[in-house]
Amino acid sequence: MPNTSSGPRVGLFVTCLADMFRPSVAFATVKLLEQAGCTVEVPERQTCCGQPAFNSGDRKTTAEIARQTIDAFDGYEYVVGPSGSCIGMLHQYPDLFDPTDPYFLQATALAARSHEITSFLFDVLRSDALEAQLKQLQFDHKVTYHDSCAGLRELGIKQQPRQLLSHVQGVELEEMDEAETCCGFGGTFCVKYPEVSNRMVSNKTDNISNTGAHTVLGGDLGCLLNMAGKLKREGKPVEARHIVEVLAGMTDTPAIGEADYNLAQQL
Amino acid sequence: MQINTPFFKQRAHDALADENLQKALAKLKTGFPEKRAIAVDRMPEFEQLRDEGRDLKNHILEHLDLYLEQFESKVIENGGHVHWARTTDDANQIILDICKQVDAKTVTKGKSMVTEEIGLNDFLEQNGVQPIETDLGEYILQLRHDHPSHIIAPAIHLNLEDVSEAFHANHNRPKSSDPAVLMQEAREVLREKFVAADVGITGANFCVAETGSTIIVTNEGNGDLTQTLPKTHIVVTSIEKVVPTLEDMTLFLRLLARSATGQEFSVYNTLSTGPRREGDQDGPENFHVVLVDNGRSEMIGTEFQDMLRCIRCSACMNHCPVYGAVGGHSYGWVYPGPMGSVLTPQMIGIEKGGMLPNASTFCGKCESVCPVKIPLPKLMRHWREDEFEKHLQPKAARYGLASWAFLAKRPALYKPYTRMASWLMKTWAGKNGRLKKLPLASGWTDWRDMPAPQGKTFMQTWKEQQKAKAGEQR
Repeated sequence: MPNTSSGPRVGLFVTCLADMFRPSVAFATVKLLEQAGCTVEVPERQTCCGQPAFNSGDRKTTAEIARQTIDAFDGYEYVVGPSGSCIGMLHQYPDLFDPTDPYFLQATALAARSHEITSFLFDVLRSDALEAQLKQLQFDHKVTYHDSCAGLRELGIKQQPRQLLSHVQGVELEEMDEAETCCGFGGTFCVKYPEVSNRMVSNKTDNISNTGAHTVLGGDLGCLLNMAGKLKREGKPVEARHIVEVLAGMTDTPAIGEADYNLAQQL
Repeated sequence: MQINTPFFKQRAHDALADENLQKALAKLKTGFPEKRAIAVDRMPEFEQLRDEGRDLKNHILEHLDLYLEQFESKVIENGGHVHWARTTDDANQIILDICKQVDAKTVTKGKSMVTEEIGLNDFLEQNGVQPIETDLGEYILQLRHDHPSHIIAPAIHLNLEDVSEAFHANHNRPKSSDPAVLMQEAREVLREKFVAADVGITGANFCVAETGSTIIVTNEGNGDLTQTLPKTHIVVTSIEKVVPTLEDMTLFLRLLARSATGQEFSVYNTLSTGPRREGDQDGPENFHVVLVDNGRSEMIGTEFQDMLRCIRCSACMNHCPVYGAVGGHSYGWVYPGPMGSVLTPQMIGIEKGGMLPNASTFCGKCESVCPVKIPLPKLMRHWREDEFEKHLQPKAARYGLASWAFLAKRPALYKPYTRMASWLMKTWAGKNGRLKKLPLASGWTDWRDMPAPQGKTFMQTWKEQQKAKAGEQR
């Protein structure tokens, strides 16, 4: 694996959902970053971006978690993570501190160097080598792409994943209706207002399955867990994966919520 | 108006099961947003106009007292009267007093959300004055003793059959389900009311300080008849509607029509500048403006000041996936959708209105289409902060958040906990790869499966790999 020390030193923001539910998404992110010449490190003292507290109105806890994250990622040239939502949260950190607080400047600096993975690859690194690597990959499926809200509207992520995906051989992208409409996850919203959330995700899975796609791709695990969980409950034969799994050529793992065939054989 | 906001969940439940409502909402979802998108695409400078609209509104709010006083003196100069109403009770009493002065029996009304906000119709009826709504949607609602579920398409929740039944029950005419026949019927019935009315009440989309004019923007023309035919015209509006000049008003008219219905211009844009002057062909003899505060001035200088930029276009609710799922009546008071979720707690109190700012995924679509760029999600979050500080959130949610926060602030504890949770879920799911049920997460698993974790956490595996690598290098 090419891993030149000349490339930027990147701190991986794992995100709590990738950490707990789908480590393969974080490993795929590491692989993409290393392929692009970055030196990737994973700071030990990271947990969650603090969004559950932020959106529950608990600013004090949010600021405490923000300080912890700021300290954990001190000194990295870039901070990159596989989620527009969590990276979007890092971009909100300056709002949590009084401008006279030393953490305000650090938060502003962290926000400026934090990037969602597809945006980092496409907007920041823009490497030709990456394009060549993607062209080596094969994913012979019709796919559709869900634009997660925070990535789309807070970070402007729309074309980046599609452009990267277009280099992968065999991929046919079929856009769904209302690709930019929320899937109904919304963090704690989906358990606070389950019926409303259910209607929103049902609309989403209808739009997904109407494309005839084999796989729905997205850039945020919260939305993907929500959509995959609903697709499974409805018995719709569509797989769900994070975009980095395809871009890193790591699609040998079961898709989100799919049976683990290897495990099934072992049992 | 009765406050049903605390019952949002039950009302949403009923709304989701209401097939007719769901059909109507499905049409709304594609109707207004598609028309808006076309209108915006045709206007390359639209984004720039949004910035100008935001900046101008901010300027007005910084100098609100100045522009309101200028507006007042111009109205008086024109021969009109201005009344300041701090509360809804004040506003209702002022309007009733004017009606009594002219011995009014019936009052025609143009569409006005502020009169919904103050509960004017019920108050007038209780005091012997009969209000008659003349906007077609509002008229249908009045016949049905119903309330608007949308701020510009008030009867959006009804279908043709509902209208047909309401007309048949009230008009003493043969029942029809032909929209053209129903429309003609409404015209004929309302025409008599317009002529007989003693007072006409309208709202105002904007109040122009330099001329003392008010303007209503409509597509039916009912507002013109309401304000021109009776001897007395009362404009009921709120303090944040003032704009400095006619030129400034046109900026907002351009933003308003496109954001609301996708029109380049609304059909009727009617200015009222004082009572009838000598030589005028028509117009009222008395012209009154009632400026309602009802909590708005308290928002000045707070984080909620941005909300006072709102020009009531409805783009936020037209694009909101939550509004699109449950409709306006679920919100339980006057203003629905994202703008209602910010405004309602201000007007009825966060204790009663707390359900609304929580009923959002913060998807941000509302803010992205708002013609004056109100940061609606941020303002909803401010209400959640207010709730948190006042300990108003449900106990389960508070304890859940506190336990999670305890761990998230302690990486050394967080890691073993997440390792255990992942392992448990993975083991429980077994070979299925997903869970059908999960304790404390029925909100999730009642409706969808929970995909199981892959096994070990990333942090765990990463550490093991790093150790192995270090071992190899040694």
